[in-house]
Amino acid sequence: MSAWKLVALGTISALALTGCGGGGEAGSGGTPAAAVAFPVDTTTAATITGTVRFAGTRPTLARIDMSEEATCAGKHPNGAFSEVAVVNSNGTLANVFVYVKEGLDAGLTFPVPREAVTINQDGCIYHPRVFGIQVGQTLNIQNSDGLLHNIKAVPTANRPFNISQPTNMTTSRTFTTPEIMVPLECNVHSWMNAFVGVTTHPYHATTGADGSFTIRRLPPGTYTLEIWHERFGVQTQQVTVGASESKTVAFTVRG
Amino acid sequence: MSTERRAVGSGQWAVGVRGATAYCLLATAAFALVALRPSAQTQQPAADDRGRAVYVKWCAGCHGDQGRGDGPAARHLLPRPRDFTRAVYQIRTTANGELPRGADLRRVVDDGMPGTSMPGWRATLSGQDREAVVRYVRSFSTAFAGTEPAALDFGGDPGGAQAAIDSGRALYRGIECWKCHGDAGRGDGPSAPRLEDDWNFPIRAANLTENWLFNGGGDVQDIYRRLLTGLDGTPMPSFTSTVEGGQYTFADLWRIAHYVRSLSPEDPPRPADVVRAALVAALPAAPDDSAWAAVDRFWVPLAGQVIVRPRWFAPTVSGVWVQAVHDGGSLVLRVSWTDPSESPDSTWNPWRSRVATHMAHDDSAAAADPAPRPDRVVVQFPMRVPTGMDRPYFLAGSPDEAVYLWQWESAPRAAVEATARGLDAVSPLAAASDSLRAAAVYDRGEWRVQFTRSLTTADSTDRLQFATGRAIPMALFAWDGSNGEAGTRGAVGSWISIYLAEPGGAGTFVWPLVMTLATAGLVLVVIRRAQHAARAAGTAGQSTIRTPDTAEAV
Repeated sequence: MSAWKLVALGTISALALTGCGGGGEAGSGGTPAAAVAFPVDTTTAATITGTVRFAGTRPTLARIDMSEEATCAGKHPNGAFSEVAVVNSNGTLANVFVYVKEGLDAGLTFPVPREAVTINQDGCIYHPRVFGIQVGQTLNIQNSDGLLHNIKAVPTANRPFNISQPTNMTTSRTFTTPEIMVPLECNVHSWMNAFVGVTTHPYHATTGADGSFTIRRLPPGTYTLEIWHERFGVQTQQVTVGASESKTVAFTVRG
Repeated sequence: MSTERRAVGSGQWAVGVRGATAYCLLATAAFALVALRPSAQTQQPAADDRGRAVYVKWCAGCHGDQGRGDGPAARHLLPRPRDFTRAVYQIRTTANGELPRGADLRRVVDDGMPGTSMPGWRATLSGQDREAVVRYVRSFSTAFAGTEPAALDFGGDPGGAQAAIDSGRALYRGIECWKCHGDAGRGDGPSAPRLEDDWNFPIRAANLTENWLFNGGGDVQDIYRRLLTGLDGTPMPSFTSTVEGGQYTFADLWRIAHYVRSLSPEDPPRPADVVRAALVAALPAAPDDSAWAAVDRFWVPLAGQVIVRPRWFAPTVSGVWVQAVHDGGSLVLRVSWTDPSESPDSTWNPWRSRVATHMAHDDSAAAADPAPRPDRVVVQFPMRVPTGMDRPYFLAGSPDEAVYLWQWESAPRAAVEATARGLDAVSPLAAASDSLRAAAVYDRGEWRVQFTRSLTTADSTDRLQFATGRAIPMALFAWDGSNGEAGTRGAVGSWISIYLAEPGGAGTFVWPLVMTLATAGLVLVVIRRAQHAARAAGTAGQSTIRTPDTAEAV
């Protein structure tokens, strides 16, 4: 029996009998990267692009009081503002995590990307605030402020971590289990929050300053696409893509 | 462990397969086998029946039937009881984020968590029961299904005595421990008012001057371990990353541990039964008078007021240090205690509102009151020096028998005298020329309040007349306004005594002083005569009599 069949059997039987699907998928993601090739035929792969519009009253963003941390305050000459709900100038919503929630063949095992994801602490703000990562992929946690940050992950499915970074330095961690989302926080600076979406596959994206997202290299099929926002919650849409198709979807979030 | 609890060939399966997928296979197999052979469940689980029985009887009241930390008592407690379903534990010998070892959990069950409501169970439960309940507690999370993580190698304490403490102080500043724990270690750092645990309950930065309340132990070794492992589930991070990254060394972390240890007394203080007020020639003039350094201090532990409703289970003040002296005319008492906020302090508003939110329920609905409150300390005495063993009710007296109080508040910063016939029946006394005087200093998380009152006063009806050579009942209470404490919600202590040394009694201050002065005078006379004699003998300038030596010889 090949490895992926064993994994699939484990996952399916686990889901059916014990309801611990998350744990089952974690194992597949933890397979060594070198042994796994990208399992999708890229010549017939599809692309989903989309935007997340914001409808409603544009939220007022509170100014962050950084007076207790002069170094960080100095990095924001025009003031620092909360990013809990960032509506772009074109009426779209930033910091929305988008990912394929359902529809992928359970037998697909994706290689762990070699490139690391970096979260930087600069000006006592996390950059980026919302992002995705694959199970097993390296997360580099960088302190560029030269003062004490602790970065604490408060997951429910993964193991937690809480790392002290009293000076400029970079520390690496990985996640073992898919989880939407893992909150990251700094307890020294209570306004510092970030959220990382952990998936077993590379089909995730985060909206930026234009509110758009793109998910590439999908095998043809029907998928449940979910968007997640820290304040406005989640929405899903069914999307069907054929071979080599590019499809556009639109979400609207009401504030 | 979960695999043990399921009790289906766990040994073979656990060794043969790894990872979360493996767990699912195992669980599936276990489920299937259990479903097919119900007797499998009943063959081996005696230990778990025992663990469950112990848990239900002794633990579920706080930790909840399902281990979610939500038992009936939980809502009264801060910090809240542990939620076992998340498998996140503070006290471990394993790396940050790892599961605890069985021995780590056993230590907490054995010794308790001193800064919390969790008691040690050594005296209550047998070793087998404690082991069984540790197994049962682990069964609340599937995370324990795998192999037990390895304990870290903590190495040995390189020592270094005072030099380690001094450099540890610089490191404490350098890695910014003070951001939460405060410059003097009293849990009053700028980030302290907003700290939360992983369940979003407010949590204190540890007061590093009370190491007997440290979770996981107060030795240098214990502190070092906490620096390496962090306290998972709390804001306290692991500093191992700073060694792995090359910014600091393990030796540096040992130095910090030595410094932190040096902030607490050598031994945990013994609760005082009697506060002794020595007789002195000159009374200290202010709370920070250097004379206080030479006065014995007595530790008076306090606890939440849980008798009169609304009760209070989450007081800030764990106890007060009391010092006292008198000069035959006046009694001076200094009360010092840790309170991370100089209330009312708006920077602690987030703390106060969160405590109010989480402690608001039927019993103390008033706790939701967000109004800023001052800090307060009360020194309580009976109305008269008792002749027998009878004392008024310890909690501010009773309708039948009043008590006499000194009540100091931080805003406006002043003290009043009062009589009380219960916590809700306090009557301030009119000021008089010989009224109580008070002065206070707030220094980096500590209040030091000095009370001065003449032993006797013109008003002897409502004011206690102090007597020397007698044990006079005394009790102390403290409130932290920034913790939402006021009225019946505060920290209280039971009756102890204060004893004012008698003038002229053996062992008091006066006679040694008189004898010292007399001896010194005699020495001077002897010296003068000797010098005079020497000069008279015409040997001035070649005197063999050197005064310091002579004085020492005498």
